[in-house]
Amino acid sequence: MILAWLIIILMLGGILAWITGRINPLFARWISLVSIFIDSIIVIKIWIDYKQQINLTASPSWFIEINSKWVPQFGINFHLALDGLSLILVALTVFLGLLSVLISWKEINERVGFFHFNLLWILAGIIGVFTASDLFLFYFFWEVMLIPMYFLIGIWGHENRIYASYKFFIFTQASGLLMLLAILGLYFIHGSQTGIYTFEYMQLLGTKINPSTAFFLMLGFLIAFVVKLPAVPFHSWLPDAHTEAPTAGSVILAGLLLKTGAYGILRFVIPFFPDASKDFQTVAFILGAAGILYGAMLAFAQTDLKRLVAYSSVSHMGFVLLGAFSFNQLSLQGTVIQLVAHGISTGALFILAGMLQERIHTRDINVMGGLWSKVPFMGGMGLLFALASLGLPGLVNFIAEFLILSGAYQANIVLTGIAALGLIASTIYSLRIVQKVFYGSPVKEWPIPDLNAREILIMGALTVVVVWLGLFPQHVLDISKSSVKKILNSIGKTEVLDNNHNKLEEITLGK
Amino acid sequence: MLNLLWLVPVLPFFSFLILALFGKKFPIKASAVLGAGSIGLSALLTLIIGIGFISNPPENFRFVQTFWTWFNVAGLNPSISFYLDPLSIVFIFVITFVGFLIHLYSIEFMYEEEGFSRFFAYMNLFVGSMLTLVLADNLLLLYLGWEGVGLCSFLLIGFWYKDPANGAAAQKAFIVTRIGDTAMAIGLFLLVANLGTLNINEILTKAPAVWPQSSGMATAAALLLLGGALGKSAQLPLQTWLPDAMAGPSPVSALIHAATMVTAGVYLIARTNALFILAPQVQMLIAIIGAATLLVAGFSALAQHDIKRVLAYSTISQIGYMFLALGVGAFSAAIFHFMIHAFFKALLFLAAGAVILSLHHEHNIFKMGGIKNKMPLIYWTFLIGSASLASLPLITAGFYSKDMILWFAWSSPKGSAWLWAAGLFGAFITAIYTFRLIFITFFGTQKTEIGHTPGKLIKVPLVILAVLSLIGGFIELPGTLGNLPLFSGFVEKVLPSAPVHGENILQEGIFQAIAAITALLGFYIAYLLYLRRTPSEGKNLLQKFFYSGWGFDWLYERIFVRPIIFLAKINKNDFIDLIYTGIAAGIGLFHGLLIKTQTGKLRWYAMGIAAGAVITLTIIVFL
Amino acid sequence: MNQVTLETSLALAGILFTTGLIGVMVRRNIIFMLMSIEIMLNASGLAFVAAGSKWMQADGQVMFIFILTMAAAEVSVGLALILKIYARFKTLDADQLNKMKG
Repeated sequence: MILAWLIIILMLGGILAWITGRINPLFARWISLVSIFIDSIIVIKIWIDYKQQINLTASPSWFIEINSKWVPQFGINFHLALDGLSLILVALTVFLGLLSVLISWKEINERVGFFHFNLLWILAGIIGVFTASDLFLFYFFWEVMLIPMYFLIGIWGHENRIYASYKFFIFTQASGLLMLLAILGLYFIHGSQTGIYTFEYMQLLGTKINPSTAFFLMLGFLIAFVVKLPAVPFHSWLPDAHTEAPTAGSVILAGLLLKTGAYGILRFVIPFFPDASKDFQTVAFILGAAGILYGAMLAFAQTDLKRLVAYSSVSHMGFVLLGAFSFNQLSLQGTVIQLVAHGISTGALFILAGMLQERIHTRDINVMGGLWSKVPFMGGMGLLFALASLGLPGLVNFIAEFLILSGAYQANIVLTGIAALGLIASTIYSLRIVQKVFYGSPVKEWPIPDLNAREILIMGALTVVVVWLGLFPQHVLDISKSSVKKILNSIGKTEVLDNNHNKLEEITLGK
Repeated sequence: MLNLLWLVPVLPFFSFLILALFGKKFPIKASAVLGAGSIGLSALLTLIIGIGFISNPPENFRFVQTFWTWFNVAGLNPSISFYLDPLSIVFIFVITFVGFLIHLYSIEFMYEEEGFSRFFAYMNLFVGSMLTLVLADNLLLLYLGWEGVGLCSFLLIGFWYKDPANGAAAQKAFIVTRIGDTAMAIGLFLLVANLGTLNINEILTKAPAVWPQSSGMATAAALLLLGGALGKSAQLPLQTWLPDAMAGPSPVSALIHAATMVTAGVYLIARTNALFILAPQVQMLIAIIGAATLLVAGFSALAQHDIKRVLAYSTISQIGYMFLALGVGAFSAAIFHFMIHAFFKALLFLAAGAVILSLHHEHNIFKMGGIKNKMPLIYWTFLIGSASLASLPLITAGFYSKDMILWFAWSSPKGSAWLWAAGLFGAFITAIYTFRLIFITFFGTQKTEIGHTPGKLIKVPLVILAVLSLIGGFIELPGTLGNLPLFSGFVEKVLPSAPVHGENILQEGIFQAIAAITALLGFYIAYLLYLRRTPSEGKNLLQKFFYSGWGFDWLYERIFVRPIIFLAKINKNDFIDLIYTGIAAGIGLFHGLLIKTQTGKLRWYAMGIAAGAVITLTIIVFL
Repeated sequence: MNQVTLETSLALAGILFTTGLIGVMVRRNIIFMLMSIEIMLNASGLAFVAAGSKWMQADGQVMFIFILTMAAAEVSVGLALILKIYARFKTLDADQLNKMKG
């Protein structure tokens, strides 16, 4: 039941914020802050329980779940379930959710109640996506997070918000429909084979599908997820949406919405269609490597700070595609870390861009420059997260990229080598941020104040997480371990440790 | 005693944290005490640990201090742990001691600069990272230090960030070294995939067991690690960043771009020696690269105008010697030269910095001159450093270390006459450009007024380093001159011992004599060219070619930089987006056509309905 | 008394319908268009009645009553609209009332 409460609290909080926001915007802000805060306490409690349970033997497939009938005629259940992977992403959601409310404190002054309603409903939808264990419910939440996001961009965005919100909506909606088709296909195939018509994840998991059908069904899911991820060439909604969204919207888009795509690949595409995924590996690698380099090249070319960061997201999410399709423990664990790392570092860069825009009312890096002497603290933060973005060891992004690439290396050496060039490319665009914004001599005399207490709190929290997980990534890796093993089992691969040589060997169970 | 090891890198990190967070609020004196003091404490601890290590060596001369497992995935479990053996002792000794002297010097040098505490924060971060690099017991932690020093190099080159040129130089340094680092990272992936571990000792014992001599895998691993070393140590073809790195303050050049960071590549190769011994082709490549680099950089140094650029090219050239030594299998000689080079090159940079500071930030040697008697202490220390660099025989430390390399280039089974000849010719060039620098800078007529006169904090480090540059060589005397292999005996506890040592004394003596004469000859030619004649900036084509560093920048600019920038610029708006906007435009067009039919005229609609009905009826009736 | 044949009735209905259709298409005055529509409705009514008498069924007459009712309703709504239109646009020319253009 605790899982349902996570969602219900946010939804109720949203409605309450909308109503009370009409009286006083401050009510809306506090209500959403409090409701996310309650959620975070719940998540922390689950996290602690989970940590204690890891050491026990024979972990069940789900750590906690709630299952009740919804539309029994069609085999639809209200089934929420949580395992390590979900837990990490839910924790990321509430963390970034809290920060989103805090950064919107001063930035959003119009229709504050409705804004927080949308914010909380997006978060509720995202938590739903991360925990739904029934495909119909999954699709339901997929749409729940989409529509408030459309409003968020369309109402509180910047200059070109209408275009961006349409583009975002059409891309995700169209690809979502493909996923719906694939879900229904899976539903009917499973039903006709076993006589049980159900949307239940665990039951659908073992469905035997003939290879060509499986391939098309996989494509249906995959397209929805790679559009969200996004992978080249489906990325073009992202720079517009990220750039035009208000800061909180950008943070949620980059930090959380993109992760739902990655989550979908890990949770659905690979376990449902193991063989089709294996056949798809090379293509996925090519898309991943192309995304890394192409995104980096575009990031380098941008003059709009938020657009630059948006394209860097494309580049970083290429690593996710690479990691997910390497099918070994190193890269899958790396992928999980990458989701967290990217959520935090890119979120931080968007927040910084938002703070800058609040102060100097522009995002054009050509008119910035020399800001270091005026806002040294902000400069330090900008530097830190630019370094995180380029994968400096000691920060969490490095762990992610290292694990992904060393896993990917074992799957495909050449494409991994090409993808590794992304390390150079990310250096180039990340340093460009520092150079253009904070170094150099001032282009214009901006009278800007350094970070205030609220902003220091936000950036401090992000910094602590980035450094802490960079030095102690095992805290996250422990949590995701069992989920990663499940994925590997579903694809028929287990990795054993040869004690004599301590050498990795992969044994394919099927053969 | 050895258990205090962790404090050595942690103290600088701690001081960095304090300075980074609260440095702005500190008075300058407090920042200075904290910044230099932490390094001083580290140096003191190093001394204690070093004495403890030598007097009471741990088992196998190896000491490991583990803190926690960084991560543990699929059996790959690099830990945060420090590893102390004679090789790392030499490095931490140089890093902390030379580092401390440079920090002391910096207090005076940077006293009036804006961002004094920022400077010390970066410097401390650098020392901490560098210590992590050399103390790491696995390659991943080493990579952390490796990137950390690269970052500090970036931050400190761009310390005066207001000038975009400094920022550009900083970026160039980071990006070029990052190219090498990426090769190294791929090397790590290869090691993980094939050996399943990143622990250095495990790699060194496992690699020979798993890979046969000169097998493809071993060669690939060695090549990829070499890539990292080439980038960091500014060897061909990744040497172009170092001369530009002189945009940073002089103490930075002394510490990072001369004494410590740029020798990280040497350390890496020495540390993973077993991999390179497995791949003799790569080792030969190292020797060739070293020889080529020392010549290319030597010639470039001959034509520079900027005092620091001369020294930068000479650094590249001297590291070339170290690579040459590594290539011929004389690991201890490379490390010995590293140490001596750290002394005299730090001295040269600090002295050059003092000159620059006194002459109102004038870098051009042709605008200096005649300051020999105005600042005698600077002159004498600079002279000592130069003599050591030019390896004037017997009295300077540089003679002993360079001679050792030259001797092994000839006598080692992996050496050859060509490598020796290149090294010898390089020594000749070194002597010429070194004394050219001395003659032009300190002799002749004075062209710029002296402003700031150096105080105690500048003078003391100079004197100490000068003494070390003179006597440092006496801990390793060749067979001909006393045969005292203290240093190589110490480091060869963990490094493969040099192939021939102390045999054939007569032959060694002859070669030493040749090397000595070459250095003196170089000195004489420099005297003829630059003191007897009035030196000029030189405008002929060859000089311009050397001045530009053999046109590498020119070439890279055209092959890599411009095409990439061009591509990025024309694709700024993302041509893939055109596909989608194209689809949208197509639909819009169709929509526009359909709109035309909606005229709002009722009679047209009625006509349409009638015509539609007629056509439908016709089709039904007649078909 | 001559029986009126089905063919002649249908022919008459066809002629009436065509007259009405042409009226709708060529007249610009909305009132005339409305009247033309009435003619078309009556033409179809006539066809129903003729067919009903041919098959000796009451359905045709029932349908006619329906059409009559509908026509009444249509005229009342149509006239009301016309009044409104005239009040707002001061014209009854259908071609000028093209505010609904795409």
